[in-house]
Amino acid sequence: MTTNAGASILEVEGLGKRFGGFVALDGIDLAVAPGERLGLIGPNGSGKSTLVNCLCGTLVNDRGSVRFDGTDLRGMMAHERTRLGMARSFQLPRPFFSMTIADNIRVPLLYAMGTRRESHRAEAQIAERCHEMLGLVGLHDKARQFPRDLTQVDMRKLELARAMAAEPKLLIADEAMAGLSGSEVTDIVDLLITLNERGVTVILIEHIMSAVMRFSQRLVVLVSGRKIADGAPDAVIRDPEVERAYLGQ
Amino acid sequence: MKRGMTSWMFALIACAAGALLFFAARSAGNDYVFFAGYTILQYIVLATAWNILGGYTGYVNFGSAAFFAVGAYTTVFFHKIFPLPIPLLVIAAAVASGLVGLGMGYLTLRLRGAFFAIATLALAVVLQTLIVNWSFVGGSRGAYVIRPATVYPFDSYIQYLFLIMLVLVIVALTTARAIERSRLGYGFATIRDDELAAEASGVPTLKLKLIATALSGAFMGMAGAPFPYYIGFLHPSGAFGLEYTVNAIAMPMIGGTATWIGPLVGAVLLGTLQQVAIVTISSAVNLLLVGLLLVGFVILAPNGLVGVVRNLLRKRPGAQP
Amino acid sequence: MSVDLFVSALIAGILLGGFYAAVTVGISISFGILDIVNIAHPAFIILGSYTAYILNAQFGLDPIVVGIIALPAFYALGALIYQVYYVSFEKRGKESMTGLAFFFGLLFVTEVLLILVFGVDYRYVQASYIDTNLGKFLGSTALPALLADLPMRMLVPCVMSIAMFAILLLIVKRTFVGRAIMAVSQDALALQLQGASPVRIKRIAFAISIATAALAGAFLIIIQPVEPSVGREYIGRVFAICVLGGMGSLPGTLVGAMLLGIIESLTATFYGPSWAPAVSFGLLLLTLAFKPSGLMGR
Repeated sequence: MTTNAGASILEVEGLGKRFGGFVALDGIDLAVAPGERLGLIGPNGSGKSTLVNCLCGTLVNDRGSVRFDGTDLRGMMAHERTRLGMARSFQLPRPFFSMTIADNIRVPLLYAMGTRRESHRAEAQIAERCHEMLGLVGLHDKARQFPRDLTQVDMRKLELARAMAAEPKLLIADEAMAGLSGSEVTDIVDLLITLNERGVTVILIEHIMSAVMRFSQRLVVLVSGRKIADGAPDAVIRDPEVERAYLGQ
Repeated sequence: MKRGMTSWMFALIACAAGALLFFAARSAGNDYVFFAGYTILQYIVLATAWNILGGYTGYVNFGSAAFFAVGAYTTVFFHKIFPLPIPLLVIAAAVASGLVGLGMGYLTLRLRGAFFAIATLALAVVLQTLIVNWSFVGGSRGAYVIRPATVYPFDSYIQYLFLIMLVLVIVALTTARAIERSRLGYGFATIRDDELAAEASGVPTLKLKLIATALSGAFMGMAGAPFPYYIGFLHPSGAFGLEYTVNAIAMPMIGGTATWIGPLVGAVLLGTLQQVAIVTISSAVNLLLVGLLLVGFVILAPNGLVGVVRNLLRKRPGAQP
Repeated sequence: MSVDLFVSALIAGILLGGFYAAVTVGISISFGILDIVNIAHPAFIILGSYTAYILNAQFGLDPIVVGIIALPAFYALGALIYQVYYVSFEKRGKESMTGLAFFFGLLFVTEVLLILVFGVDYRYVQASYIDTNLGKFLGSTALPALLADLPMRMLVPCVMSIAMFAILLLIVKRTFVGRAIMAVSQDALALQLQGASPVRIKRIAFAISIATAALAGAFLIIIQPVEPSVGREYIGRVFAICVLGGMGSLPGTLVGAMLLGIIESLTATFYGPSWAPAVSFGLLLLTLAFKPSGLMGR
C-alpha cells in the first residue's frame, strides 16, 4: 500500500458508514497525492458511490475522518466542501433543467468561487470563464439550449464542465462514461486527462476497464466496503484476489 | 446580472402606474372601488410572496393564512397597547412574520419538500389555536379595531389603506423581480431544479431556503398588517381564513410560477373574478371555482397562463426556439 | 388530580387511538410506502362519513354496514385518482410542487362541495348502540365498572378499526398483492421482472388507502357528529401518526396512533378541548424537527 503522508491532497482514515444493519463502508484508508490520476473500481454495491457521497458531504460518515488539503471536513456541508475545492460529477447527470447550458455552468462560478462581492466585481471574468469551459467540452454552439435537448454524451460533458467550472483542486468523476460508445468514452477520457494536465487531481470511478487502465496512474479496488488493492494498475489487475472478487465476474 | 431595466427604473415605472391607478380610482367617485381594489392588491402581495418560496425554490407553503394572520394580529396587539401609524405596523408585522417563517424553516427545511409543506399546514393550526386562547388580542371573541374617520390628505380612510397596499404591491413586485435577476434568483432556481446538484455546485441551500421562507413570510405579514383597520373586527376564523391559503397557492399557480408576472396576472384575474362572484353568487361557490381552477390548471397547464402564452409565442412562425 | 379522571381519560385515549390507527393506515400506505403526499386523505374520510350519514338517514342502515358496502365504490375512486395523478405528475417526473397542489385542490374542492350540498350543520347517525355503554348494551351487571362504563359509540369503532387494521396486516403479509405493495417502494425493477406491473400495484395500493379512509369515515360519524371542516383536523393527526410511527411501518402506525390518542385525550380532559387540534400538529412539528425517522423508523 502506498501512502503520501504530508503531501496528500486527500487523506481518508478509517471511513465507515452503515445503513441500518448493512455495512456499506468498513474502514477505508486512502491517500491521494496532488495532481494524481486515481482509478477506483469495484463491483456494484461495493460502496463506491457511498464513498463518494461521504467524501463530498452528501452523506455523513459514521466513523473515520476525511482531510482535504489539510482541513478536517467533519461537520462540513456539501457546498462548503465544494468551495474548498472538491468537486464531483454525478453518476446520473443532474443538470438544472430550467436553465440554459451556459447558465448551468455559471452557477458554480457564482457560488463556489468566493464571496458575493467578489463575484459581483468579476462579472466579466465569469462570462469569460463560462465561455472557456463551454469551449473545453465542445458545447459552445449549444450554449443557449436547454439540457433536455442534449444527447447523452453532451449531458455527461455538461456534468463534468459544471464540476470543473469553479477550478477545483480535486475532481471526483463518478461513472461519467456509463452507457457511452467507444469513441465517446475516448472523448471523455481525453477531457479528463486534459483537466489533469492543468493541475487538477482526478479520481475516476468507472466500470469500463479500457478507460480505467488508460487513465489511471494508480488503481484502488473496493469490494464489499473494503479496500482490497491499492497500487500500480498493471500490478493490481494481476492480483489474484482482485481477479477473483471483481474481474472474474 | 441580466440585461434589461434595472430595479430602480422598474420601481419608478411601477410608482407611476400606481399613481395613475390611484387617481383613476378616485375619479370613479365611489369608495366601493377602493374596497374591492384593496382586496385585489392584497392578493397580489400574497401571491407574489407565496411565489418567492413556492415558485422560485419549489417549497410549497400550505399555511399562508398563518403568516397573514400573524401580520394582522401584530396590528391588533399594538392597537391594544398604543396605536401606531400603519407604516410602522407594516414593518412590525414584517419582522414578526419573517421571524415565524425563519423559525419554522429552521425546524423543517432540512427535510424533504413534502415535509415542509405538511409542516406549514401544522403551523397554521397551531398558531390559530394559540391565538384563540390568547385573550389579550381578543381570543375567539375577536377584537374591534376602530379606524379613524379620515386621515389627511385623503377623502376617506379606505383611500389611505388602498394607497398603503399599493405601495406594498410595488415593493413586492420590485423585490420579486430583483430576486429573479440576481445571484440569489439563480440559487433559488437550482434548489427548485435539483437540490443535491445545487449543494454540489457550491450553493448554500439551507441558507437560501431560510432567506426565501423569511422573505415570503414577511411579505405575507405585511399584507395582513392593515387588514384589521380594513375590516374593523378581527376574529381568528376570519384572519386564518381558508381563502387566503387557497388563493395564495391558486393565484401564482394559475398565473404562472416562473416569474413575477405570473402571481400578478393570477391575482388580478382571479381576484376580480371572485369580487364579481361574491356579489352575484355565494362565497362558497366562489371558493369552489378557485379550487376547481387550481386542480384544472395543475393538471392541464402546470406552467400557468404565462406558460401558455410563452408556448404560443414560441410556436409563431419566425420565432426563436 | 383525580385518579378516576386520569384513568377514564386514558381509556378514552386508547379507544381513540385504535380508531386513529384505522384513519391513518391509508396514509401509511400512500405516503409511507408509495411516497405520494396525499394531503387529500381526510377528504375521503369525510366523504365516507357523509355516505354513512345519507344511507343511514334514508334507509336506516347501520353506518358500519354502509361503510363496508361502500368499499368497492371508494376503491374505484381511489384507482381513478391515482391514474390521474400518475399520468399528470408521476410520469412527467415533476411531482413535488404540482402534485402537492393537486391533492390540496382535491381536499379543498371536496370540503367546499360538501358545504354547498349539506351546509355547515353537524350531521350524525342513528344506531341502537350509540347512546349506551357496554354494561347496558350487554344487559349484564357482572362487569367491573371500568368496563361497563365504556361508551359503545367509542368502543364499537375502536374494535372495528382494529379488525380492519388486522385484516390489512394479513393482506400485506400473506397475499402476493400485499407483498408486492411493500416491495414496489424498494425495488420496482425486481417487481417488473416477476411479471407484476409497478404502476398497477401502486394503483391497487392507493385505491386500498382511499377505501380504508372511507371506512374509517363511517366509524368517525359514530364517534362524533361530522361537518365539512372536520377533515382539516385530521390532516395533522394522520401525518403526525404516520411520521411518529416511522413512515410506512404498519405496526408503527398502531403505536403512534395509540400515543396520539392518549396524549390528545389527556390534554382535552385537563386543559380543555380547545387545545386538542394543536396537540397533533404540535407533535408533528416536534417529530419532524427532532426525529423525522419516527419511533420505529425504517
